[in-house]
Amino acid sequence: MKQHESWGRYPKSEPARIVEVAWVSEAPDLHRLPSPILPYGKGRSYGDCCLNDGGVLLDTSGLDRFILFDPERGLLRCEAGATLKTILELILPANWFLPVTPGTQFVTVGGAIANDVHGKNHHRAGSFGCHLEKFELLRSDRGKVLCSRESNRDLFEATIGGLGLTGLILWAEFQLKRVSGPLIDCEKRRFETLDEFFDLSASSDKDYEYTVAWLDCMSVGIKRGRGIFIRGNHSVLPMKGSIAQRAVPTFSAFRTHISFINRSTAQAFNWLYLHSQLRRSTHSKVRFEKFFYPLDRIAYWNRLYGKRGFLQYQFLVPYERREGVTEVLDLLAASREACSLSVLKVFGTIQSPGLLSFPRPGVTLSLDFPFLGESTLILCEQLDQVVQKHRGSVYPAKDARMSPKSFQTYFPRWTEFSNFVDPCFGSDLWRRVTTPLPLSQ
Amino acid sequence: MTRRVLILGASSGIAQEASRCFAADHAKLFLVARNPDKLRVLTDDLKIRGAESVETFEADLTDDSSYRLIISKSFAVWGGLDAVLIAHGALPDQLSIENDPALLRNSIEINYISVVSLLMQLAKAFEEQGSGVLAVIGSVAGDRGRRSSYVYGSAKSALATFIAGLRLRLAAANVQVVLIKPGWVSTPMTAHLSQNFLFATAEQAGRGVYNAMISPRAIVYCPWYWKWIMGLIRIIPEPVFARLNL
Repeated sequence: MKQHESWGRYPKSEPARIVEVAWVSEAPDLHRLPSPILPYGKGRSYGDCCLNDGGVLLDTSGLDRFILFDPERGLLRCEAGATLKTILELILPANWFLPVTPGTQFVTVGGAIANDVHGKNHHRAGSFGCHLEKFELLRSDRGKVLCSRESNRDLFEATIGGLGLTGLILWAEFQLKRVSGPLIDCEKRRFETLDEFFDLSASSDKDYEYTVAWLDCMSVGIKRGRGIFIRGNHSVLPMKGSIAQRAVPTFSAFRTHISFINRSTAQAFNWLYLHSQLRRSTHSKVRFEKFFYPLDRIAYWNRLYGKRGFLQYQFLVPYERREGVTEVLDLLAASREACSLSVLKVFGTIQSPGLLSFPRPGVTLSLDFPFLGESTLILCEQLDQVVQKHRGSVYPAKDARMSPKSFQTYFPRWTEFSNFVDPCFGSDLWRRVTTPLPLSQ
Repeated sequence: MTRRVLILGASSGIAQEASRCFAADHAKLFLVARNPDKLRVLTDDLKIRGAESVETFEADLTDDSSYRLIISKSFAVWGGLDAVLIAHGALPDQLSIENDPALLRNSIEINYISVVSLLMQLAKAFEEQGSGVLAVIGSVAGDRGRRSSYVYGSAKSALATFIAGLRLRLAAANVQVVLIKPGWVSTPMTAHLSQNFLFATAEQAGRGVYNAMISPRAIVYCPWYWKWIMGLIRIIPEPVFARLNL
């Protein structure tokens, strides 16, 4: 059997059974399977929302076929296990692009819906769920259910960002976005403080479709808050010559027991990345892979964190409470944890139809930590206190440790959502965050 | 160049990936499989991926009565064929076979008899045409008998011997015969096995099959490292091999 881990490889979890779903016409009878059941795509969720200890995982990697592609209107219907990479290989030569893409092209469409993924264009386009037309869901209690804004709207909304708990998505249809080619006009600018970042972001939102910042999370004191702001637009120039056709080289990381990521290497990496940008601002024309998916160049980069794995903490705070970001960075600096990578982005106001969607107006910061045990968990718990104080939220797709109380505070509509959870479905995350709270609280 | 390719066992994991490579080349594909739902799904997918034309034929390939019709239809529709891929097969559990004579017979029929009967009829048609590639999916399991898969392995081994002879016969007619020996590939057929680092994805295997058909060689291991692994396994002396319990 294939290994079915989460991307962070923490916590460890062992499903009792894997059921391959390779054909829609041969989809299993869900109520005949032992429960709990959970769909599993490519295992790119960082935390335990893709794990099901002692339960059944429905492996959808064989469910990767195209069903319909309208090159005139840019409408695509495909099975839920198709990856964004496969889709891009089809649509880009026809001058279409994904309406929203996360930082890796190795996720499946089903996973993109279940986590309602967002990208560098959130301020313009919202999340992935905003572009969904319809999908078909297989449930243990109702069989196949077609969901869209017009039919079964409540289930449509619950499934977007629904962490795979509302049933197995068989196929989905969504609207693509017109582009001229695979190139991105990219501009990178150094910034020295968070205030400078917020100014840059505010002034770029109007003219740039994609904005994001990389933050040097290992620097402290007056250097804290420096980083590189990256903004870009689809180039209007069509494919031309060498850059357009150059394939991006890929390396693969080996499984190792020890972690290559610690305070020293994290510091060195952050320093190198910051200083790879010598001028204050640079312009370039790059292929979309380089712009959107820099980490995809190292296959299985998650293995660099060794056997114990890593955690990613991605939170958001409302824009007017953005001092929360500074407080988080202060806590991080005071701790002994190594933060290898951190990414900052201001979300826009476009609301997703998803009932449990993470993105909402505000500022989001993600932090990657090697998992060191209790100390890492304590730091995350402290970060949760800050996020709650500022009425923020934490992204379940990345989470492996938040308490039931935190989850229920971040997602007050969770009880409404739980009505749509398939009676035979469950996940490690769902069982963890819905543990009843002690009465005294 | 437009290629006209007949794919037998088109819904198998490896055949599907090989078909996708041909589709990207704008080939014309004639798919044969048992299940009409799957054929419909494959047709849509391959057309979207670039196949110029996709024809389908529903047949159970363990039943040889359909072979004549499959061959005549697939040759007629585009006025000839450039290549054939025989990809159907089954990997039954060895222990079940040992206790079930019907399953044993069935396993030999699907993995050997049906393939050589098809090849015999295809050989005649390709001899007449005077060009083309016949590709068959064998297995590394045919290179040496092992405790865990000797029935399946023996069928694939007999197949390899048959193909070696057929290759010599058809060389005179300018028809190439390719035997592709995949190692472990993660497909629905192997879903019950525990996977290790030697497992290739169906996509890798499919691309290997496609490459072997585009630039034909007699025997192609897929991925390439199996050539060396099996080379080693074949020369291990029997007493040692018995202890290894591979």
